[in-house]
Amino acid sequence: MHIGSTVTVSFRALRRNAMRSILTALGIIIGVGAVIAMVSIGNGAKSMVEAQIAALGQNVLLIFSGSVNQGGARSGSFGAGTLTVEDADAIQREITTAIAISPEVRTGAQVLAGGLNWSTQILGESADYLNIRQWPLSDGAMFSDADVRGVGKVCIIGQTIVTQLFPDTSPIGQTLRIRNQPFKVVGVLAAKGLSVQGTDQDDLVIVPYTSAMKRVAKQTMLRSINVQAGSAELIDRTQNDIIALLRQRHRTTEQTDDFTVRNQQEIADAANATSNTMTLLLGAIAGVSLIVGGIGIMNIMLVSVTERTREIGIRLAVGAHGKEIQLQFLTEAVVLSAFGGTIGILVGIGASELLSELNHWPTLVSATAVVVAFLFSAAVGMIFGFYPARKASLLDPIDALRYE
Amino acid sequence: MTPVVKITDVHKIYDSGEVKVHAVRGISLDLYKGEMMALMGASGSGKSTLMNTLGCLDRPTSGTYLLDNIDISTLDRNELADLRNEKLGFVFQGFNLLARTTALENVELPMLYGKRRVRSREMQERAMHCLSIVGLSDRADHFPSQLSGGQQQRVAIARALVNQPQVLLADEPTGNLDSKTSVEVMGVFQKLNDEGITIVMVTHELDIANYCKRNLVMRDGRVVSDTPVANRSIAEVEMKRLNAAEAAAKLIA
Repeated sequence: MHIGSTVTVSFRALRRNAMRSILTALGIIIGVGAVIAMVSIGNGAKSMVEAQIAALGQNVLLIFSGSVNQGGARSGSFGAGTLTVEDADAIQREITTAIAISPEVRTGAQVLAGGLNWSTQILGESADYLNIRQWPLSDGAMFSDADVRGVGKVCIIGQTIVTQLFPDTSPIGQTLRIRNQPFKVVGVLAAKGLSVQGTDQDDLVIVPYTSAMKRVAKQTMLRSINVQAGSAELIDRTQNDIIALLRQRHRTTEQTDDFTVRNQQEIADAANATSNTMTLLLGAIAGVSLIVGGIGIMNIMLVSVTERTREIGIRLAVGAHGKEIQLQFLTEAVVLSAFGGTIGILVGIGASELLSELNHWPTLVSATAVVVAFLFSAAVGMIFGFYPARKASLLDPIDALRYE
Repeated sequence: MTPVVKITDVHKIYDSGEVKVHAVRGISLDLYKGEMMALMGASGSGKSTLMNTLGCLDRPTSGTYLLDNIDISTLDRNELADLRNEKLGFVFQGFNLLARTTALENVELPMLYGKRRVRSREMQERAMHCLSIVGLSDRADHFPSQLSGGQQQRVAIARALVNQPQVLLADEPTGNLDSKTSVEVMGVFQKLNDEGITIVMVTHELDIANYCKRNLVMRDGRVVSDTPVANRSIAEVEMKRLNAAEAAAKLIA
């Protein structure tokens, strides 16, 4: 007997019981489909988180002003402005691995333009901010260092502001009043969409941080400082250098630090850990259904061996070897599961597409998941088909022929 | 001339632990090419055991069996399977065709297990040839359920012929058939025998045994008579007689 003939024989046997073959394969179809769909959902969530982490910018370190202890009452993060412009200048001067730096001030304000008004967030930043965040402009240009030094009345605005305040006209060159001070719109940001937390990232106005401090928020402290390290390898070193510098300047120790330095990698790791756990959990649940499908195959193959005892007897009588019978039944099981696996992959991909279409969930079909699911389904056929196949191959031809 | 089948003092003892069943108690038998032998005997006479031994489905407990000069007692399970494939053809009482499988595919079955790889085109040609020998070439694509009992048994005979066996073994080939269909099937056997194929069949019915050339009767595991058939029935003649009788009884037009 040859592999070709075995496959022929197996296909003939499966075709004879087409309905049963399809129903048996259905277990595997659902199993593989579920694995693929679930892993796609998990991967989609992960890629979305990754994209949003990447949206923070490249190799970014964030220095937050931290909690201060005032007579026993601790103020919490951002509670006290502990970071100063001098801190930012010191970092720029002394930390050579930091290639860009943007002191940040945030405040909420009502903004007006052309008879319309809108409550939004005002960000004070340096001219480097958009480079750090890797946030392109859709129109106009970023304000300059000179604007920052000169406490310029210029701003760039997010897409939401454009929609709300400049529905009909181009905003470039128009005047936007923030807390009654006119700011000239010099640029419009490209749309960024929703953040991981679901807030609108396009609902903001960016002004020079000097203007934000002196003209809008009227404060002298910074909320945070955005720092861009020269490369991914330099992040840790830059972070340590900044911590050392700020401890020196603030005269603090690890216990009394009034600032926090986070790097993008930490934020990404935390987010990834969550989505990996979710992917694993979904995959494991789907994997259980794949195993149940495998048991279904074993069950049907056992029934099939019993039902086809006479057939096995005939095959043995006309010269089949035990090994050939075993191979035939094993091939049937593997063909069933591989067929189920193939259909399952298509079903899984279809289901992920459908889910992302209907629920707007991000899904990402991974090639690895497809290959692993297919191989796993074939292995399921092999494992669960082995026992019935072995049982068939050990039958005695005389007994098998007499079997009623 | 050497016999195709030569068995010498064959014994078969079934040992089921407590009881030992002595099914065949010393049988010697020579079978030459072109013979057509009926193996007869009551239930428990050992004829099925002898048939299984002849069919290389089972090995004798003692004694020798030379099939085409090959001593089967030295062969293992797989070598016996190869021998069955190359040298023997089986026809069973219950037809034993694969259900939901066309007549042609049923006939192709033994070729799938041959040592030599047969290409599917050649398989089809040989299977069609054998179906035409039994007069069923127009039913090649029918399933067994679409065939009458006699037709099913003829498919089984075609399957037995497809590897050009030395001996055709038939276990009660007419056991499930009515008398007229039995005659039809015996006609096929006689035609094959006329072409030189050696046939051994087990049967209960004397009139069926009468179509053979030699009758071997067994009782209690021994041969009690081994006689040539004197006044042999010829299926063609019998068929004409039956048709005439049926016409007289207005059963057929």
